[in-house]
Amino acid sequence: MLTEFYFTLRKHGLKTSITEYLTLLEALERGVIWGSIDDFYQLSKVMLVKDERYFDRFDRAFAEYIDKVSEVDVAEQIPEDWLNNPLMRELSEQDKQKLKQLGGLDELMKAFKERLKEQQSRHQGGNKWIGTGGTSPFGAYGYHPNGIRIGQDGNRNRSAAKVWDKREFRDLDEDAALEQRSYQLALRSLRQFARTGAQTELDLDETIRATSKKGGLLDLQWQAERHNAVNVLLLLDIGGSMDDHIYQVEQLFTALKGEFHNLERFYFHNCVYEGVWHNNARRRSSFVSTESLIKRFGDDYRLIIVGDATMGPYEIAFSGGSVEHWNEEPGKVWLERLLARFERAVWLNPQAQQHWKYYPSIHLIKEIMSNRMEALTLAGIQQAIEHLR
Amino acid sequence: MSFKSTERYIVSEGLSQAVNAAVTLEKPLLLKGEPGTGKTRLAMELAETLGAPFLQWNIKSTTKAQQGLYEYDAVSRLRDSQLGSEKVHDISNYIKPGKLWQAFTADKRPVLLIDEIDKADIEFPNDLLQELDQMAFHVYETGEQVEAKQRPIVIITSNNEKTLPDAFLRRCFFHYIQFPDETTLSEIVHVHYPNLQPRLLDEALAVFFGVRSISGLKKKPSTSELLDWIRLLLTEDISPEQLAEYRERPSMLPLAGALLKHEQDIELIERASRAY
Repeated sequence: MLTEFYFTLRKHGLKTSITEYLTLLEALERGVIWGSIDDFYQLSKVMLVKDERYFDRFDRAFAEYIDKVSEVDVAEQIPEDWLNNPLMRELSEQDKQKLKQLGGLDELMKAFKERLKEQQSRHQGGNKWIGTGGTSPFGAYGYHPNGIRIGQDGNRNRSAAKVWDKREFRDLDEDAALEQRSYQLALRSLRQFARTGAQTELDLDETIRATSKKGGLLDLQWQAERHNAVNVLLLLDIGGSMDDHIYQVEQLFTALKGEFHNLERFYFHNCVYEGVWHNNARRRSSFVSTESLIKRFGDDYRLIIVGDATMGPYEIAFSGGSVEHWNEEPGKVWLERLLARFERAVWLNPQAQQHWKYYPSIHLIKEIMSNRMEALTLAGIQQAIEHLR
Repeated sequence: MSFKSTERYIVSEGLSQAVNAAVTLEKPLLLKGEPGTGKTRLAMELAETLGAPFLQWNIKSTTKAQQGLYEYDAVSRLRDSQLGSEKVHDISNYIKPGKLWQAFTADKRPVLLIDEIDKADIEFPNDLLQELDQMAFHVYETGEQVEAKQRPIVIITSNNEKTLPDAFLRRCFFHYIQFPDETTLSEIVHVHYPNLQPRLLDEALAVFFGVRSISGLKKKPSTSELLDWIRLLLTEDISPEQLAEYRERPSMLPLAGALLKHEQDIELIERASRAY
């Protein structure tokens, strides 16, 4: 029976492994919990789901599985006398006539149960409501089997169902297509190790060499710790149409921050002009001129620009084209200056790649970037790293 | 064994069950949740309840997995060789056991807290897979095999700065500590301030949940901030009436600095209150 539970989870896209499932069985065998669906829900969640983003999927899967199980119980446990009375009370003379044609109430109850079972096997996808067809004898009385379940006071299954039916973690279930970890793993291939900074690590080889040189008199040699020495200058388009892509950009930023210690980040809007800003909340006061970026950061910096490049072409090509202020020189000039300084550069575009062809501005930017524009996806980042190497 | 709320620490049912399962089945328990929901405290309280020794391994960005096992102090050995110390002939004098080693060889089954595992390098959890799974490791310098006398109770916390590898997650149990609801929260406040006026508590919680419900906060105030704030309310002698008045006609939130840690957040609630 639990195997089915396992497969229900897999069906809902949970990557639960067999080992984890076996651990759950072991826990049941060792009596960690006993005979309560609430406890079983908690326990299986602890053991089978390892990320809160998947809690919602788990809740849905659990509801589907439990409903299947408890519906079987209901079909077998409908107290007949409990059903008889209200049924009889609501039957009109005409209905009673019809009832006789169907072979009396006993027959009807039998058919009812059978129908109930039949429907379970057809019902998939977590729908708890057992529908009543127009021609069905049950439908005529407007009898809703779910009412039967509600009628069972203190039914354990129902009270438990609330926990997973609440679906508290719905907001967290993001499509995991863009995982920060996979970003980070991709970025790792851009690592270039170097030892700079404070010398805190004992250099054993060098110490032995130096010590033997001094005829056995100890001469300690130190070296700096190894770390990723790649410098990154990150320019982020912010606001406007970029709002749709905030989640992706955040993921990328977190991954970059984890990987590169020398990461400099600035914001711009739509296209880079003479100034960028350091802090988006205070974009007026934290203004930095683009020229100073070029002066300040050496050509060993890798330039990553993230933006959807979706704007009017005049915003790139003409002076005064900016939507926010009067720009003396067109964005194109500033982009070209940046590219002249930072040879290793790439533009990451969160816009879906199949839509690129509809935006002239994307073509323009791509041309300026000499084709170094990649989609903000895992594959795109891997490509981008090729440009940055 | 069953872990329940103590005089100083309130656990939800789900969490207590997760802990009990992890203890019984000898698996590491990974805890996540908003900062300030008591992830670290849990391990301490668990050790206290069980009367077990408590070992804490704080992870930093520079921490290596090897440091949890042992470190070879080559510098002292070199120095001792210069001084002609007898110790120098035995390499094991210079092997310093790390937290995992200490946990494996403790006389009583200890509670080992690996705090903020997400701070370390992305490969860190992978480097610990074998050690946490087998609860054993090899010391290359001495050829010794260190095996756990009894499997320690391992509690791991994460603040979600980095995603953890699947292989690592599969070996752990996982519990997400949710932000407590009003009833649980008043219980929590009660264990910390048993003599707090009920009216002040009600008003403080109402204001607190009001602040939390403002959308767009950079950092929502959590349990630990609430506790600090209540302590300040008490020392500053803020009356329940003052808080009630704030809720009626929001102006300056009393002692906002204890609840909100970003200047943008303070600006935000000021703007929100002006909008009334």
